[in-house]
Amino acid sequence: MKILQTLQGLGNLVTRRIFRLGFAARFFVAIFLQSGTAFRRINLTLREIYFSGVLSLIIILVSGLFVGMVLGLQGYDTLQRYGSTEALGVLVALSLVRELGPVVAALLFASRAGSAITAEIGLMKATEQLSAMEMMAVNPIARVVAPRFWGGVVSMPLLAALFSAMGVLGGYLVGVQLIGVDEGSFWAQMQASVDFQKDILNGVIKSFVFGIIISWVAVFEGFDADPTAEGVSRATTRTVVTSSLAILAADFILTAFMFAGA
Amino acid sequence: MSQEPLVEIRDLNFAYDTRTILSGINITIPRGKVVAIMGSSGCGKTTTLRLIGGQLKPTSGEVKVAGQVVHEMDAKQLYSLRRRMGMLFQFGALFTDMSVFDNIAFQMREHTDLTEPMIRDLVLMKLHAVGLRGAHNLMPAELSGGMARRVALARAIALDPMLIMYDEPFAGLDPISLAIVGELIRRLNDALGASSIVVTHDVQESLKIVDYVYFVSEGRVVAEGTAEEIKNSKTSYVHQFVWGEADGPVPFHYPSQKSFSEQLMDNAVR
Amino acid sequence: MTRTSIDLWVGFFVALGLAALLFMALKVGNLASANSGETYVIEAKFDNIGGLKVRAPVKSAGVVVGRVSEIRFDPEMYQAVVKMQLDARYHFPRDTFATINTSGLLGEQYIGFEAGGDTDMLVAGDVVKKTQSAVVLEKLISQFMFNKASEDTSSSKTQ
Repeated sequence: MKILQTLQGLGNLVTRRIFRLGFAARFFVAIFLQSGTAFRRINLTLREIYFSGVLSLIIILVSGLFVGMVLGLQGYDTLQRYGSTEALGVLVALSLVRELGPVVAALLFASRAGSAITAEIGLMKATEQLSAMEMMAVNPIARVVAPRFWGGVVSMPLLAALFSAMGVLGGYLVGVQLIGVDEGSFWAQMQASVDFQKDILNGVIKSFVFGIIISWVAVFEGFDADPTAEGVSRATTRTVVTSSLAILAADFILTAFMFAGA
Repeated sequence: MSQEPLVEIRDLNFAYDTRTILSGINITIPRGKVVAIMGSSGCGKTTTLRLIGGQLKPTSGEVKVAGQVVHEMDAKQLYSLRRRMGMLFQFGALFTDMSVFDNIAFQMREHTDLTEPMIRDLVLMKLHAVGLRGAHNLMPAELSGGMARRVALARAIALDPMLIMYDEPFAGLDPISLAIVGELIRRLNDALGASSIVVTHDVQESLKIVDYVYFVSEGRVVAEGTAEEIKNSKTSYVHQFVWGEADGPVPFHYPSQKSFSEQLMDNAVR
Repeated sequence: MTRTSIDLWVGFFVALGLAALLFMALKVGNLASANSGETYVIEAKFDNIGGLKVRAPVKSAGVVVGRVSEIRFDPEMYQAVVKMQLDARYHFPRDTFATINTSGLLGEQYIGFEAGGDTDMLVAGDVVKKTQSAVVLEKLISQFMFNKASEDTSSSKTQ
């Protein structure tokens, strides 16, 4: 009997997950269908870019600088064993532009802005604001969800670019100014090995995809949250966990597509 | 104005999955009147409002508003119907990220092409009607419970609706605010020539202002009549409700599968 | 937060983000030095290209003059055919010598051009005749060992 119950529970869990996934997919389509308002009244979206993008600037810039500085130190330590410290610029720039920039910025963005979006939408649901909006003949997906979604999608690539740029600067500060790697070879080797299309553009595409993932997860979890204090807090946690895992999984898939062939 | 009632609910049944909420409800809201739907908590009053507003679909039966069946409308018709409805939610449901002014201007900005100066005049008029013209710059978090309810009231009437629905407008208010809100419901209804539905369990306050009362218990209409008739009702449920007695036809105990002594036995054995 | 100050901040944010992208494109990446202008394509055949990759640089006297655009295998000659896009500003004699070099001991591989003395210049579609394959480290080592061994045997004979 115990086994049967366990199996039943497991089956229930799986069906619930699949139902939720289906709902999430339908929601994703609904966001696109209802995006007219978010573009027509661009002020709504600008507001959300302010909340998710501008307010994430500090954390992104500071972490980018530190990650770049650590890369500079660690990279120098490893490279000097092979006597090729002038490749420090390449190492810092490639690891940032290809991987660390998009991924770390996305993880920070998920916990800084994604959780805020979920909590806000979840609370609006819990306090019947979404319901009230519906009764006022205003579609909450168009008015509340879509602007937040697009705000996140626009902010993410810009934040990732800033993260990478700050990181390169941090690597430069530590490598060139502090340790004394030759400045010319630092930049020259970097420029010779970092390809605009293959590295930088792919990094931007990655961060764009991550932006879609985070924004989608965040607005969905908020919209689907149980309308209670506990439900909202659980949804916020789920946003951070789900979007972080999804980012890392998507990063693997994208990297396989982009760099495996070359 | 025609004599046809504004809202007609006929043989309405509603169930969430298998849990029956409403069974065989018949309610008529005549034009220009304030009608109360009363009942204890969780008896399906709020569900009734959501069915009228088209947020839920009935399992069977129908809700007609202004001659149209609500659940047969497509999204566009439903939205145009909702523009002519105002609803006051249980705890106001003001948009917390907007000021009082923007809350009331919300529908005007969403649905009309009015210029900002005209919107400003209209909003201040609505706020004046609920006595809060001086509060238009405050954020919802800065309002007291009673003020928030009045702002929500002003928002509900922003587009001069033909039907105003109040979901527990008296819940959690001090006696003074309660009297003010009660007074406003009556006055606004008459001033706008609208019809109002007040869902409440606050008997004393609502009996002062309403024209007609429906009593709902366990998903059924158990009594109806004018305020006077209700007060003098001999129906035991209504009597218990109106006079607020702890025990009566509505049992004090939530129904349990087992008797109390059986349950004690179970615990002892375990 | 009023509407105009939000606009200001968002504008600032977007400008900053675009500046970062520009910084990466120009300072970190090679967009500025990428084939900005006209190019022409020539081919070269190698017995072994080692680890040469598409988009590897073509250098002459250490200056980047073009990039590898395509690498394929010639099934008849059993050789690698490398197509290169050269900057239209630079022309090389027909007897230019193409070698595959490595930058540093373990660095990336590139094609080096050593200009010959011919007065005719290579034009689009031409094939470089004189080539030298990549140096394969294992071959080099085994060659060295073999030479050493034969040296040893010859020296032992004389004694």
